[in-house]
Amino acid sequence: MSTETGIGASVRRKEDKRFIIGKGRYLDDITKPGQTYGYFVRSPYAHAKINDFDATEALKAPGVVAVLTGPDMEADGIGPIICGWSITSKDGTPHKAPAHPALAIGHVRYVGHQVALVVADTLQQAKDAAELVEIDYEELPHVVEVGDALAEGAPQIHADVPGNLSFDWELGDKAAAEQAISTAHHVTRMDLRNNRVIPNAMEPRAALGEYDMGTDEITLYTTSQNPHVHRLVLSAFNGVAPEHKLRVIAPDVGGGFGSKIFIYSEETVCAWATKKLNLPIKWTAERSEAFLSDAHGRDHETHAEMAFDSNGKILGFKVSTKANVGCYLSTFASAVPTYLYGTLLNGQYTMPAIYVEVQAGFTNTAPVDAYRGAGRPEATYVVERMIEIGAREMGIDPGEIRKRNFIAPDAYPYETPVIMTYDSGNYALAMDKAQETIDYAGFDARKAESAQRGKLRGIGYSSFIEACGIAPSAAVGSLGAGVGLWESAQVRFNPTGSVTVFTGSHSHGQGHETTFAQIISDQLGVPIDQVEISHGDTGKVPFGMGTYGSRSLAVGGSAIMKAIDKIVEKSKKIAAHTLEASVEDIEHSGGVFSVAGTDKQMTMAEIAFSAYVPHNYPADVEPGMDETAFYDPLNFTFPAGTHIAEVEIDPETGTTEILDWVAVDDFGNIINPMIVEGQVHGGLAQGIGQALMENCVYDKESGQLLTGSYMDYCMPRADDLPTFRVETINTPCTTNPLGVKGCGEAGAISAPAALMNAITNALGKEIDMPATPEKVWRAAQGL
Amino acid sequence: MYEFNYKRPSTLDEAAALLNEDTVLLAGGQTLLPTLKQRLAQPEALVDLSAIESLRGVCPDGDQLAIGSMTTHAEVAAKATIPALASLAKGIGDAQVRNRGTIGGSIANNDPAADYPAAVVGLNAVITTNKRAIAGDDFFTDLFETVLEEGEIITNVTFPQPDAAAYMKFDNPASRYAIVGVMVAKTSNGIRVAITGAGPCVFRQTEMEAALSSNFSTQSIENINVSADGLNSDLHASAEYRANLIKVLAKRAVAQIDG
Repeated sequence: MSTETGIGASVRRKEDKRFIIGKGRYLDDITKPGQTYGYFVRSPYAHAKINDFDATEALKAPGVVAVLTGPDMEADGIGPIICGWSITSKDGTPHKAPAHPALAIGHVRYVGHQVALVVADTLQQAKDAAELVEIDYEELPHVVEVGDALAEGAPQIHADVPGNLSFDWELGDKAAAEQAISTAHHVTRMDLRNNRVIPNAMEPRAALGEYDMGTDEITLYTTSQNPHVHRLVLSAFNGVAPEHKLRVIAPDVGGGFGSKIFIYSEETVCAWATKKLNLPIKWTAERSEAFLSDAHGRDHETHAEMAFDSNGKILGFKVSTKANVGCYLSTFASAVPTYLYGTLLNGQYTMPAIYVEVQAGFTNTAPVDAYRGAGRPEATYVVERMIEIGAREMGIDPGEIRKRNFIAPDAYPYETPVIMTYDSGNYALAMDKAQETIDYAGFDARKAESAQRGKLRGIGYSSFIEACGIAPSAAVGSLGAGVGLWESAQVRFNPTGSVTVFTGSHSHGQGHETTFAQIISDQLGVPIDQVEISHGDTGKVPFGMGTYGSRSLAVGGSAIMKAIDKIVEKSKKIAAHTLEASVEDIEHSGGVFSVAGTDKQMTMAEIAFSAYVPHNYPADVEPGMDETAFYDPLNFTFPAGTHIAEVEIDPETGTTEILDWVAVDDFGNIINPMIVEGQVHGGLAQGIGQALMENCVYDKESGQLLTGSYMDYCMPRADDLPTFRVETINTPCTTNPLGVKGCGEAGAISAPAALMNAITNALGKEIDMPATPEKVWRAAQGL
Repeated sequence: MYEFNYKRPSTLDEAAALLNEDTVLLAGGQTLLPTLKQRLAQPEALVDLSAIESLRGVCPDGDQLAIGSMTTHAEVAAKATIPALASLAKGIGDAQVRNRGTIGGSIANNDPAADYPAAVVGLNAVITTNKRAIAGDDFFTDLFETVLEEGEIITNVTFPQPDAAAYMKFDNPASRYAIVGVMVAKTSNGIRVAITGAGPCVFRQTEMEAALSSNFSTQSIENINVSADGLNSDLHASAEYRANLIKVLAKRAVAQIDG
């Protein structure tokens, strides 16, 4: 069993059949009897005061049911959108999170800001009526870049946030870092920009609210990575309905990349309005709305200083970052540039002293929150650009300088100066494999050959580390998280021996329906086609925390392992009774329970049947075979690896071609190598996209989003990418029962630094992301 | 989109009779439909030309290649007997656009970043409408402007077979329109260099034409200074960068012809 469908097998994805034959059920595929359509009136201005709102004409338009506003929600006692993680500033004060009503009250603060919901019988009628809503806006000064927003004299976005500063946070030992820098043999100093990106999930966000007057229950279908978190927040903070009267269903969801973690205005409004109007209301974002109002990612301005001794050993690291959080603090916006960023600045290295300070600034732009990697790509970019530039400045080979600084394989557990304890790793091994695969020794010859053709060849490293499997509840609680970050699993045997697993982890492309089924198949000997994974419906699955931060397998998978432990324990009692042996003598392996030293045995299916038809059954055991477990991780997991990118630049046009890409990642134990490789490919595409072409641009003058469609926002396409060479090494995680680390974000975390190191190696000078053709051309031509 | 009426005449005369200031011709719809979806236009009616069979087809005729205005980019890419033209068509948009978009629709729209204008001017084509024949050089007047009058419908575009031609394009990485596209052609009435994408409208680079006429080689345009004055500048490319691309792509087109 285990060899074909168990742990370690590249089982084809069970879920793909329904997607390939067009039977996936995404939100917009769902239609309810009597359904109406919602269309949001949005601000055309970056910053304005609403002097007057008049829906008289809109309400007279054909098919219009209602036009709902922020004041209507306030009157119904609906609370504002919240931020779920409280950050404490250097001075001990809590972060400033100004009230964020789901529909604007009095002011609009970014282009696309939700002002009103028009509900009509058809979408066309709703859109027609939206044009009839008359709003008298008084434009106010705006600011879109974080450096400008935090500068003196910047336009004030919120009356209760002086200087637009949400928080000024620090971590590490400032004095020690500065001491190292002031006395070091060499200090590398750089300003680095981590460009802003827009998530672009294939399925845009959507919500469908349905109210049952008989039961007083609201059902909210929404594109969520974590339906229980949606339910909890909408109930406890927004007051849409009591938790037991609110059911949240995230059906098939077409990608998230973080952007569907958050509790947004639109689903909050739909959940409230369906009860208010007693009508099903559906809203599906148009792509333009997705560009404007999905939470964006990254957007850091950083100054970094890295101190080295004469051998290239890092002595100290000091990082000052300004993070753009947009106009309001989104659900986890405050955690991303702090505890998911500063804590990873140690990289794979021994760094005696680290200090990081982060100022988070409000701007008149869409909220910024977690996006594939969330803080860790920003950290890796800073660490891996700085060590590479340091190597260049000191004339040390970039691979060699990393090796001199790697944490040794026998140094675990390794405590960093920025509150992380790495459990396991082997960084030099990944580096060696990557260098060998790409033939690093042959690079100079390849560079010379390119030069003969008038091309500039470059090679670049990224030895990244990330913290996944977020996270021990007590630890994150002490750092300001408003929730616990455990996961749940329920393993239910049916009387005929098939299994349904209910998991709090949500799958929106990751392949849980296959990976989780492989765990059951491996551990309990159930044929994989007899295992169903159920997720995404708070009416079916136990309370769970959802999918983000590459946590599903490390935390959700571990919860399944814990439930399996309970199944095994109970099964042993049943087997002992049936086989007339003592429980201590029952041995279990892959779903077969046998009496030690005999040929007497029972299969898991036989035991499950016995549990539901308990005619010959132990007196002290409950009937049924259905176990639930909750798993709270002991630590983060720390996937790491080395990626090497090789590029060739055409100096006449500035075009960069990626010639080769080797990724050697340590994900610990691997359940399904094919899915892991696919995850790495996807992550790399996103990371390469950010480094080479993706860039969210707001116009400073008008505050308009200039990159509001695919005509101007450049997504990576297959022909932009090379054939990736993906390898893994496997040092098992020591803190979870599966020994797994997480692979979903690695590519996106690692790729930008590797690619920019390769491009700047080719150019012989530093440029910021994205390395667009014109920027590269200017650098190549010395302009 | 706003509501509109939809008409699908089967003859050119019927189509012409339906045209007025409130109606719009629908060819492949690759620009018009997104515009309608974004509610940026509100025509009373669309007049769909797709039922008029005579407007479709790639017809080589001696040293001429006549292409019906409703011929899709994909068809041109597959059937055009002028390799530079086929290759240009193959590089437009993506497969979906090429299977819907038409040559007539593209040139009538005259998007400054479209590819076909470079072929029409660079290959010295003649555009035939239901009313007259127009020289390619006279057809495009300004940003999204042509000499077409109300009620005028393009029926075909006729390309004289060049002695040699090459089209080089630098894609906008997002939209894959031309940031700059350069058609260099040796034609029966001289060397032509047509530039699209770089300015508000396709134009001929006469200095390069003169230099290449006396000596058709990359060296002869090496020392030409391409001015950035009047060129487009946007999020993706400054005028200065476009000026550089004009020269680089022209040289590559010449090299391809020579090669």
